[in-house]
Amino acid sequence: MTTAELCARLSLEPLCLAEPDRPVTGGYAGDLLSWVMGRAQSGDAWVTIMTNRNVVAVASMADVACIVLAEGVEPDADTLEAAQKQGVNLLRGESGAFALCAAIAAALAE
Amino acid sequence: MTLHYDIDGENFQTAGEASANVKKVLRQLGISTDIIRRVAIAMYEGEINMVIHANGGVADVAITPDRIEMTLEDSGNGIPDIALAMQEGYSTAPENVHELGFGAGMGLPNMKKYTDEMKIESTVGVGTKVFMAVNLK
Repeated sequence: MTTAELCARLSLEPLCLAEPDRPVTGGYAGDLLSWVMGRAQSGDAWVTIMTNRNVVAVASMADVACIVLAEGVEPDADTLEAAQKQGVNLLRGESGAFALCAAIAAALAE
Repeated sequence: MTLHYDIDGENFQTAGEASANVKKVLRQLGISTDIIRRVAIAMYEGEINMVIHANGGVADVAITPDRIEMTLEDSGNGIPDIALAMQEGYSTAPENVHELGFGAGMGLPNMKKYTDEMKIESTVGVGTKVFMAVNLK
């Protein structure tokens, strides 16, 4: 499943869809950035409520497929700008992290 | 090929620019994505550490046919107990960086996890030098 397909399937808001065809192969949830870099896998959809621009750098270094902001949180203005500049997929959902992860897992299981 | 970066200790917002540049160069060289990921995370963690703890520093990266070597050097407070600092969950990061999602005590463990070789030399009151290498073969 591509990031664009996941975005449409879960009715997420594509704040920055820099790489729409990037395959999503798994998921990870967490807000402590070093935990994410230590445990998330390349190709994961990363669910978080962190909104500062460091999440874009972490997503880029950890090579996740996309960031999924939970709870409808608003990214800092420079976060969106960083995502566009660094070509990182940034999506947003209204649900909490648990519901988003469940939906991502269900979509990937099909 | 060698790369040199000055890490700005004042600006948390731009932390990661050196790592991002290294990642870009490695991609241009056609290095595998797995290797790039390991180098990028290790370098980024090192860069963040220098911003949080040492008011910046310098980073040098050497790319050879055999491996990628990263040397990060700062003039910060130094690490009194390196073995303790290497433990997962141990952190001396100030409260303000916790709000950004840092300071979980996983930075040094991640640097070790993703590299094939890691050495830390540190003198309290003088500074810290971290050497990391990722083998290409």
